[in-house]
Amino acid sequence: MPDLGLEVLWKGRNFIRLLEGLWTALRISLVSALISILAGILLGVLAGRKRSVFRFILRGWLAVIHIMPQMVLLFLMYFGTSRAFGWNLSGEASAIIVFSLWGTAEMGDLVRGAVGSVPVIQRESAEALGLKPPQVYLMIILPQAVRRLIPQAINLVTRMIKTTSLVTLIGVVEILKVAQQIIEANRRASPNAAFGVYLTVFVMYYLACRPLTLMSKQLEKHWR
Amino acid sequence: MKNIRRFFAAALVLALFVSVSVSISGSASADAVYRTLDEILADGTVNIGVFSDKYPFGFVDENGEYQGYDVYFARRIGEDLGVKVNFVSTEAANRVEYLETGKVDIILANFTVTPERAEKVDFALPYMNVALGVVSPDSRVITDLKQLGPEDRVIVISGTTAEDYLIKNNPEITLQKYDTYANAKNALENGNAAAWANDNTEVIAFALENEGYTVGIPSLGSQDTIAPAVSKGNETLLNWLNDEIRALAGEQFFHKDYEETLVAVYGLEYEDSLVLEGGGLTE
Repeated sequence: MPDLGLEVLWKGRNFIRLLEGLWTALRISLVSALISILAGILLGVLAGRKRSVFRFILRGWLAVIHIMPQMVLLFLMYFGTSRAFGWNLSGEASAIIVFSLWGTAEMGDLVRGAVGSVPVIQRESAEALGLKPPQVYLMIILPQAVRRLIPQAINLVTRMIKTTSLVTLIGVVEILKVAQQIIEANRRASPNAAFGVYLTVFVMYYLACRPLTLMSKQLEKHWR
Repeated sequence: MKNIRRFFAAALVLALFVSVSVSISGSASADAVYRTLDEILADGTVNIGVFSDKYPFGFVDENGEYQGYDVYFARRIGEDLGVKVNFVSTEAANRVEYLETGKVDIILANFTVTPERAEKVDFALPYMNVALGVVSPDSRVITDLKQLGPEDRVIVISGTTAEDYLIKNNPEITLQKYDTYANAKNALENGNAAAWANDNTEVIAFALENEGYTVGIPSLGSQDTIAPAVSKGNETLLNWLNDEIRALAGEQFFHKDYEETLVAVYGLEYEDSLVLEGGGLTE
């Protein structure tokens, strides 16, 4: 077996530090994902109605999020707000805001699409049964729509987890930055550590994202 | 019709973003972004931006503690201010931004003093020298650039100060350019060139790590210096730092710093050429 420099992982608290870095990445992405899912459902439902001003807002929001690299958004939120308004947002708060803005736009679009794909007859039948509009949404349309958007929503969450590697640029030390710190601090004693440490990071990302995709598969099967 | 609407929606939101960014750049110098010395003392914490992955200047050890030449000094600053130090992990590219927005009070991240940077931040007195160095194989140590004949080539890395310096001052030397440190080092080891010119800290470390190479020219051209930096206009903090650096000369603090952090990489022989005490003014 080639020398992967794995011994650096057992030096001091290095392995724990990697796990702490992973936790930072997961904390940011999961909090953002939760906000995005709740806000996205609301926005998507509101934008799903015809001639809704929210449809207009969602389109513009999505267009901007799609053309702006996440890194630009992170810089704008972290450094930009303190220049413009004198806010002193922490790196982690800035990251959660940016990821939520991104996730809400994408989630909103997914929900809008999924709601639109529920046959009109469902709504009409529900109304004919005397359900009020909120009830129609909560009991008839959303449960059907949610099933359709699970795969894409999970995909969004895993993309969020991976994109957390950018937050090191606004001073948040997450798993990838910890990996670089470990590699650089041991460059002389273990010049091959880069392979082993990055391999470990790869496995950690995989183990973090895998349960989500498994859950998505299970739910899809369950609801088929 | 649909497309037009979509276009307008995007334009509207984009306009919002642009107006925000314009107001950001417009108000950049509007009011003080930094914290004065008194504000830092009252808060009880000083935010210092350091590298977290540049061994041996600023890095994180296996216990998760910040260490290195810059960090050693940062700890002393905290001690003498009587406040806690909050280390912020910075990258080379965002050091100026951190000071311009007041997100850190001091940058201590191997920050080379240049005129362009000095327009945006205020540098305190320097605490380290950095110059160009030339490393060559023991079989033929280059101690003077005049030793190089017309067939000899000198390795440089594109975009470095070494490349600029040699093109400007020694146009007769044939350069062999590489994009990465790894390629440059391989080329030197393969005997593709007579010598390699780069920042002296890099070539010294190379010579110490690899048998059979000597830094024949440890310092070439103009000396640059490395100094702490604060936000533009933060005079109270700047003056305190300058006084601190002058005062530390009395105990030869930076020599002690070198012996604690850099000696493992550079050895004792470079101590006096790399370390600056009291900003180099009192000597």
